Amino acid sequence: MVEVNVIGGLIGGALIGLAASLLLLFNGRIAGISGIVGGIFSGNNFAERLWRALFVVGIVCGAALYSIICGAPYIQLQTNTPILIVAGLLVGFGTRLGSGCTSGHGVCGLARRSPRSLAATVTFILFGALTVFLLRHLSF
Amino acid sequence: MTGVLFGFGLSLSEMINPARVIGFLDVAGKWDATLLFVMGGALLVTAPLFPLILRRARPLLDRQFFVPTKSAIDRPLIVGAAIFGIGWGLGGFCPGPALAGLATASPSMALFVVAMIAGQWAAGRIVK
Repeated sequence: MVEVNVIGGLIGGALIGLAASLLLLFNGRIAGISGIVGGIFSGNNFAERLWRALFVVGIVCGAALYSIICGAPYIQLQTNTPILIVAGLLVGFGTRLGSGCTSGHGVCGLARRSPRSLAATVTFILFGALTVFLLRHLSF
Repeated sequence: MTGVLFGFGLSLSEMINPARVIGFLDVAGKWDATLLFVMGGALLVTAPLFPLILRRARPLLDRQFFVPTKSAIDRPLIVGAAIFGIGWGLGGFCPGPALAGLATASPSMALFVVAMIAGQWAAGRIVK
């Protein structure tokens, strides 16, 4: 199970990068998922909300398309539902406050050589690793 | 269309699977480097293309680029990223894969996404 998926990772990653590049080329927008989702509910005009909603629908369709072509992807939930809800709240809160997530800061921000994004990426990986360490190796 | 490509890439790279993400964050256990290859693959494309695209006067379908202009590394950025990191480590989902996970029609995924939107809303109220 811990075999590293190098090929899938590289190709999948390249597709994500290509999608982000096309969004920038055509629409002039940064493909930061947290920001795109946030803007659906707080956007100030209809066109602004529409492209965001379409992008989100596209992500769901893309994942569905993958399931149809390649079979359902493995999703091995790592925790129970209450913890997952707490995690969701933290992810939502943190990405809004820190203005970005793995895609916005990690993929797009680093490509723009933004020092803010580098600082954010290092911080969330560090705290993510710390959380996993505390959960897996210190408790129980 | 770009959303479809994004979602397909997320599935193909298995980043939709929290076991992969937690595996990456689990430095002290059986470390799984897949996420590193995903980010590397994405950056191999965006790092050369972004500067080229941004050299244009405007995007193809809009009048201007909408790119963040802030450059200060301030407290909200770091505190927010830290809170996000904790949530990421707890559940193994960041926003993109969580949305892609909706395609599996799993109730837990839907709850995660609802909680995420609630969290964003709460942060929006506090920051403004």
